[in-house]
Amino acid sequence: MSIDASWYLAVGGIIFTIGAIGVLVRRNVLVMFMCIELMLNAVNLTFVTFARELDDIGGQVVVFFVLVVAAAEVVVGLGIIVSIFRRRAEATADDISMLKG
Amino acid sequence: MDVVVFAVASVVAVGGALGVVLSRNPVHSALMLVMTLFGVAVLFVEQEAHFLAAVQVIVYAGAIVVLFLFVIMLLGVDRSEDLGVETLKAQRPLAGALALVAALEMVLLVRYGGWVTGGASVAGPARDPVVPNVELLARSIFSRYLLAFEATSGLLVIAVVGAVVLARRPPSIAAPPPEEDQ
Repeated sequence: MSIDASWYLAVGGIIFTIGAIGVLVRRNVLVMFMCIELMLNAVNLTFVTFARELDDIGGQVVVFFVLVVAAAEVVVGLGIIVSIFRRRAEATADDISMLKG
Repeated sequence: MDVVVFAVASVVAVGGALGVVLSRNPVHSALMLVMTLFGVAVLFVEQEAHFLAAVQVIVYAGAIVVLFLFVIMLLGVDRSEDLGVETLKAQRPLAGALALVAALEMVLLVRYGGWVTGGASVAGPARDPVVPNVELLARSIFSRYLLAFEATSGLLVIAVVGAVVLARRPPSIAAPPPEEDQ
């Protein structure tokens, strides 16, 4: 309780930036997916911080829904990745630049 | 005490995030992701979001990362990636510059931005001397946000159906090579 909210926001910003760099730089599709999870977590952290700072439970409710959506996203995304990899055994995003199979 | 917990947790979280991006092996990236998730969970506890901290560990570290590891093992893509290869020229410096600008913007917003909008809370207070955090969150979800909560159940069902459809091997595709053992 004694720590200022801006410190939490700074940590969230740093993690979000690292995740964004990872999505832009890495070519492995799975690692890009993990970096998206990093960005979601950073945003969750800022939501919880503002929920505490503004004394509003709505921020925590939003984080709850983000968790649900992230779980659904991972399930569908990994399903797509598995079905892509079944047809071609390459690990980089450059090889799957076409939607047509 | 709070300062120590915050410092350790944020160092763990940021270090894990760096590890996700910098690890050559996807398995190491997934394990580093667990580290970040735990660090963020500790930061949630620090801010009295106890329910979310527990859910973070159970859902993220327990389910999502295991799913990632399953897919990595299933596909056998755990070989190292050559980070030296740059397919697009100057893409990495540009990405770094973009991220730097974004980070600077966020820091400046935190430093100089106004946080308080003046609007009254519609969801209720986040702290109560008597009522625990779990109950406050549950009251809000099951009253004000009930429709959204019900919608998430539909979303999860759709995601499950979608995953099954995607994972099913369609009969029209040519027969897979015999050594593929899935």
